[in-house]
Amino acid sequence: METRPGTTHESHIDVSGFRPDSVPAPDPAYALQARGMTKRFPGILANDHIDLDLKPGEVHALLGENGAGKSTLMNLLYGLYKPTEGQIYIAGKPVTFNGPNDAIASGIGMVHQHFMLIPPLTVTENIMLGGEPTVLGGILDREAAARHIRQLSDEYGLEVDPTAKVQDLAVGSQQRVEILKAFYRKADILILDEPTAVLTPQEAKDLFVIMRKLAAGGKAIVFITHKLKEVLAVADRITVLRLGKVAGTADPKTATEAELASLMVGRTVLLQVDKKPATPGKVTLQVDNLVVLDNRKHTAVDGLSLEVRAGEIFGIAGIDGNGQAELVEVLTGLRKASSGTIKLDGKDVTHATTNNLIDNGLAHVPEDRHKYGLVLTYAVSDNTVLNTYDEAPFARGIIRNDKSILDFARKVVARFDVRPTRVEVQARNLSGGNQQKVILARELSRDIRLLVAAQPTRGLDVGSIEFVHKQIVAERDEGVAVLLVSAELDEVLALSDTIGVIYKGKLVAVMPRAEATRDKLGLLMTGGTVPT
Amino acid sequence: MTLCGVPIEVLIATLLATTLRVATPLTLGAIGGLFCERSGVVNIAIEGLMITGAFAAYVGGTWSGSIWIGLLFALVFAGLMSALHAVLSITFRVDQIISGTVVNILAFGLTGFFYDQYFSQHAPTSGSVPIISIPLLQDIPVFGRLFQQQPVVWIALLLVAVTHFMLFFTRWGLRTRAVGEHPRAADTVGINVFRVRYMNVIIGGALAGLGGAYLIVEVSTFSPGMTIGRGFIALAALIFGKWTPLGAWGAALLFGFTQALQINIQQCGVDFPAQIIGTLPYVVTIIVLAGAVGRSTPPAAVGVPYEK
Repeated sequence: METRPGTTHESHIDVSGFRPDSVPAPDPAYALQARGMTKRFPGILANDHIDLDLKPGEVHALLGENGAGKSTLMNLLYGLYKPTEGQIYIAGKPVTFNGPNDAIASGIGMVHQHFMLIPPLTVTENIMLGGEPTVLGGILDREAAARHIRQLSDEYGLEVDPTAKVQDLAVGSQQRVEILKAFYRKADILILDEPTAVLTPQEAKDLFVIMRKLAAGGKAIVFITHKLKEVLAVADRITVLRLGKVAGTADPKTATEAELASLMVGRTVLLQVDKKPATPGKVTLQVDNLVVLDNRKHTAVDGLSLEVRAGEIFGIAGIDGNGQAELVEVLTGLRKASSGTIKLDGKDVTHATTNNLIDNGLAHVPEDRHKYGLVLTYAVSDNTVLNTYDEAPFARGIIRNDKSILDFARKVVARFDVRPTRVEVQARNLSGGNQQKVILARELSRDIRLLVAAQPTRGLDVGSIEFVHKQIVAERDEGVAVLLVSAELDEVLALSDTIGVIYKGKLVAVMPRAEATRDKLGLLMTGGTVPT
Repeated sequence: MTLCGVPIEVLIATLLATTLRVATPLTLGAIGGLFCERSGVVNIAIEGLMITGAFAAYVGGTWSGSIWIGLLFALVFAGLMSALHAVLSITFRVDQIISGTVVNILAFGLTGFFYDQYFSQHAPTSGSVPIISIPLLQDIPVFGRLFQQQPVVWIALLLVAVTHFMLFFTRWGLRTRAVGEHPRAADTVGINVFRVRYMNVIIGGALAGLGGAYLIVEVSTFSPGMTIGRGFIALAALIFGKWTPLGAWGAALLFGFTQALQINIQQCGVDFPAQIIGTLPYVVTIIVLAGAVGRSTPPAAVGVPYEK
């Protein structure tokens, strides 16, 4: 078969979308069939005649950007929304869901992106909740539930300790609890909503093994994601959604990442970051022997040293929780260093305030954009001047100059392609990608020397990731020193000129990009050593 | 050895018996608040529910001549008053602090108004209740008096144990805690969040009302505003007790003890301004709370109205 990578209209990709005449009649051999699913919200057609077929024993990936209608479709299948139009068939029989209970009774289980677990309760309590075995009309039979859970956990290879409290579990284990919750309710169809968004690369790998095992055991799995690599790695079939419609279906054996990305976004997307070789200048950020404590007074950053030069992207790879968050907080003045020094352009800024650092040319794209990046209830315009509102021309003395704030906001919103373009709307009403663009607009519209970007594309879709990456590279080319902290190995590899690996608060290796490979970094990230 | 002309062991026994007595309305108020808050609804209305219960017990008791009917009245009317809190805060999603304040103001206004209208000229006293004594234990020398108490004291103790069992060992308790921590998670497994909250707020209100009724049992007559902040101290006990029945009971005993101490010091005739001694329970409450807050974690969803 002829293949032309990078183009959309391949012979093996069906982009015809919904065609009523081509739809097979309800068939009992299918675990689930959805026909013409349509959901209209006031002013928005979130799902527009979507068809989905799901066979027992397959992993069916549902791919689409944020806002493509994936979550709406899953909420329809799980009974959380009622469809405006459309019909669901379970094993060939039409069903109507008035709530999650009906979906559960039909054998559908869902693992939400944000776990529906109750942290202070035990694994057993979480799993049995809503279907508790009881004696004497209401007294919990924890032993019976725990036995059942152990049995399920053996059967499906989902290892958990039924007596542990959920709040003490790692994210990967919490996800196994969620999956067990579905099987405890006798689910045959499992919907996984962005299951890898919260996982480390290793945990994601483990999950894929579990998914394949479940499929082999006859379960039908819907795997919702916007990560192309994962889809190709684990799915049997792919349905791509765009703007509420089926944009096409694809076979993971033959499809390429580029094709899927184009299908998702509706235009050709650059998956590789397009950048020239770096031309590093003098050292902008110099960190020596830095020691930082976390909130529990444990050492989080343990004698770390690094140098970032002007015009260079220094990427820090590492599994979340190895001191990255604390390092970023110290560099941005949000946390105190216990010892060590930080120099910015040769000037000691170890104990400088955030305000001081900003005046010295620091830009910060924080990891948690809701908590630290934006004031969600403020207008977009006010968010664009959060760190300069007290300076001319945005203030005259103690009086705000609304006109100049609005002018500035409109200018940068246009430049960074933020949508909607109305700067008076509250930041909370923007999508994740657009919120991140507002932050970039604020941070990069000043004359800066150092950009500290933490997980800059977490939770963003392909189109937004491309945009954010372009901006970061553009800053580098302007001579800004960039410190990139990311748990996404691909991101670190794509953007960095120099890569450092952080493990237990130490940089265990620093190497030029050319010497780094996924495997090498992966090994170092988990505390392994690389044979030289 | 004697103190204030009384043998020390008698003094201690009296102090403990008073503690148990004084802690009873606090315990009931705190347990009532616990039902409510564990399901995710803040309850600063305990004070108002207690005064409602007190007035209802008074009216029911004097009308029927039986304080038992009075206690029933307290349960029903405080439950109804709490239902108002439920409607406002659960169905209409009014800020729960505001809703609680509304209930407090309304309860004090209504009980004061009706008392002035119908009882201020002629205030009958309600019937008295029998003392229930625990066999054998009541015969212990000196300390036997601890085991001769009014029935509401025993009901409160029983409720502490029952609530503890229900909260941690029954389906009701598991669901209540789930709804108070993460209502959406409970919803996704088919639990009716609104129903659980309504039930708990109403039952909790009724129990707090019983705490108010105990005051009538003690003094046989009603006076407007007679709860004098006990509902808030009960709330403090709930928080200090980390939202657990045993903890709340322990805290209620501690606050009760300071109150007993205050009463006994005054009876002793110590030469010290009574007003300052009278502040003792409140001062201890403030100190304890200032020390406890931060280490005590409330149910995660408390105060947040649930929206489907």
